[in-house]
Amino acid sequence: MKRIVWALALAGTVLASPVLAQPIKIGVTIAKTGPAASLGIPQANTVTLLPTEIGGQKVEWIVLDDATDTTKGVANARKLASDDKVDAIVGSSVTPVSLAMVEVAAEAKVPMISLAASSKIVAPMDDKRRWVFKAPQNDGLMAEAIATHMAKAGVKSVGFIGFNDAYGDGWLAEITPRLEAKGIKLAATERYARTDTSVTGQALKVMAAKPDAVLIAGSGTPAALPQKTLKERGYAGKYYQTHGVANADFLRVGGKDLEGTVLPAGPLLVAEQLPESNPVRKVALDYTKAYEAKFGAGSLATFGGHAYDAEVLLANAIPVALKTAKPGTPEFRSALRDALEGLKDVVYTNGVVNMTPTDHVGQDDRARVMVTIENGRWKLLSATN
Amino acid sequence: MDATILLLLLQDGVVNGAIYALIALSLVLVFTVTRVILIPQGEFVAYGALTLASLEAGTLPGTVPLLLGLGGLAFLADCAEARHTLDGRTLLRLALRDLALPALVAAAAWFLAPAKPGLLIEILVTLAIVTPMGGFLHAVAFRPLAQASVLVLLIASVGVHLALTGLGLVFFGAEGSRTPPLSEASFPAGPLLVSGQSLWMIGLTLAIILGLWLFFSRTLLGKALIATAVNRLGARLMGIAPSLAGRLSFSVAAFIGALSGVLIAPLTTVYYDTGFLIGLKGFVAAIIGGLASYPAAAAAAILVGIIESVASFEASAFKEVIVFMAIIPVLLWRSLRSAPIEDEE
Repeated sequence: MKRIVWALALAGTVLASPVLAQPIKIGVTIAKTGPAASLGIPQANTVTLLPTEIGGQKVEWIVLDDATDTTKGVANARKLASDDKVDAIVGSSVTPVSLAMVEVAAEAKVPMISLAASSKIVAPMDDKRRWVFKAPQNDGLMAEAIATHMAKAGVKSVGFIGFNDAYGDGWLAEITPRLEAKGIKLAATERYARTDTSVTGQALKVMAAKPDAVLIAGSGTPAALPQKTLKERGYAGKYYQTHGVANADFLRVGGKDLEGTVLPAGPLLVAEQLPESNPVRKVALDYTKAYEAKFGAGSLATFGGHAYDAEVLLANAIPVALKTAKPGTPEFRSALRDALEGLKDVVYTNGVVNMTPTDHVGQDDRARVMVTIENGRWKLLSATN
Repeated sequence: MDATILLLLLQDGVVNGAIYALIALSLVLVFTVTRVILIPQGEFVAYGALTLASLEAGTLPGTVPLLLGLGGLAFLADCAEARHTLDGRTLLRLALRDLALPALVAAAAWFLAPAKPGLLIEILVTLAIVTPMGGFLHAVAFRPLAQASVLVLLIASVGVHLALTGLGLVFFGAEGSRTPPLSEASFPAGPLLVSGQSLWMIGLTLAIILGLWLFFSRTLLGKALIATAVNRLGARLMGIAPSLAGRLSFSVAAFIGALSGVLIAPLTTVYYDTGFLIGLKGFVAAIIGGLASYPAAAAAAILVGIIESVASFEASAFKEVIVFMAIIPVLLWRSLRSAPIEDEE
């Protein structure tokens, strides 16, 4: 027994000496091109701002582009895990690619932090999803906020116009039971594609159902088209959008037709309007400053914030994991996973995180705010609801 | 669905159909002359719209460096093509066409962009930037393959489409743009409100159909193009250069594409990859027209627009399915009606 302890101690000192030479490797695979490029580009930009040293260890970021393609995303994840032997994987930007990468992360036993929205990526918790964490808010959290706001505003019926893809499907599935619970009727359900040049048919169908409010479930600038068409046709009800639209280009393209629209968003979007007492404010403003200093004023998109948040999670977990194992080993990856799962009260740009073994998002109501559009700018409605 | 809604849908369908008609016309033109199925036609639409949008914003469009680059490549391709007969005069002519012309356009864009000279001049600059790209692409990617089979040309066409989409992302970014309408005017007609913009679109489509018809029936150049389309070898024996005909048809296609982009940009948000789907719908119309007839293609395009608009009202989740399924009965009918052709030349 004594001999084993000695041998271990000896091995420990021998192996511990080149610790500084062995950097922590973090692989990033995001959608820099393809349909989700408007998410992936700010995320790739954000990675250039991330620190190259965490807890006294050098950190190497390896960024790959998966072109919003599931096959490519899986190939990237495999390459990062087997060739580069990364200690953690960050990505991808959209749900379908992230879901496919879950398999790879679990197989290679590498902790993965997804930058996509759907709760399916981390729930229900099972042996594979043990390895997977998620930075952005669950759609459900945002849908809950919209349903609550609608009920308070006296909305009795809603028309839904959503993307004809995973994003629209996800939102429809999340919002339907929540509207029912509040006694709000879903009067019309219409779908359109991101690249559609006209949504007149859908707009007419929704207007024929005469709903009190319309919820548009699209991401980025394409979400402006249904609203512009409805305005053009004279629809006078309330407009709701989802957090997928939260970037400056949406405001630019939508123009004055967007005034008065209500949407849930991460607090990062309106960081400077948050009260001083909100812990998110400082982190979010620091990130905003760093990003805009490098990429120009007004260039911030909240999607990039998720990449930053993934780094915040890692930066809090890595020092814990370093106590038990060395980077580049299976033990370290396992320790890093445990450390991520044990994170408590970590403040990042989109809220405050308390991970549990069953909740790998770890957010609460502080991760969302309700925002309206006023004079072509985002305006905070209330701090929590 | 009541009569008012049906009218609104028809109106929407006809306006969108006008754009598909323009695309279908240029696809038919390019296919009959060069046997190339021009998949990158959609990219010309996106480039046209986005170039106009960045001129509108007072910035130098990303297509300007692309134009210069393509011009340089086309110059090399032209020199290689003419290597056996290359003398000072040819070289000068090629340099004027491939290097000096894009440089002139680039200089004009560079001077005019920050000044925001007004919509009309911006549209002219946009057309001047995008139109030469058609000819350059032909010289670089398609002329060396002029003798290849339709399948090889199609594959090259897909390659050019992918390259142009990627370049579009580099030059214009992932977010889309809109431009102000050509005309703010609108006229009430019964329950409908006809916008000046939609009149412009339909009017210009008709004008281009008329122009193409006059060009092909009244001008020597147009007749030379038809001759090339009917029989390449025969046309060559009559002293018509097939490569010139190809270059011309590509330039006309790029011009029509850019014009479509200018027309559609006020109606919807255009992205670097919007063009592909528009191009595909134009392609459906061109197929219904048998890739040979201009009036049939134009009429089919209006039909595609109307099918799309009604489908988006009745079953929005299956809209694209319905539009692209429309091609199947037409193909069946065509293949049953015509005798199989063994030799494509």
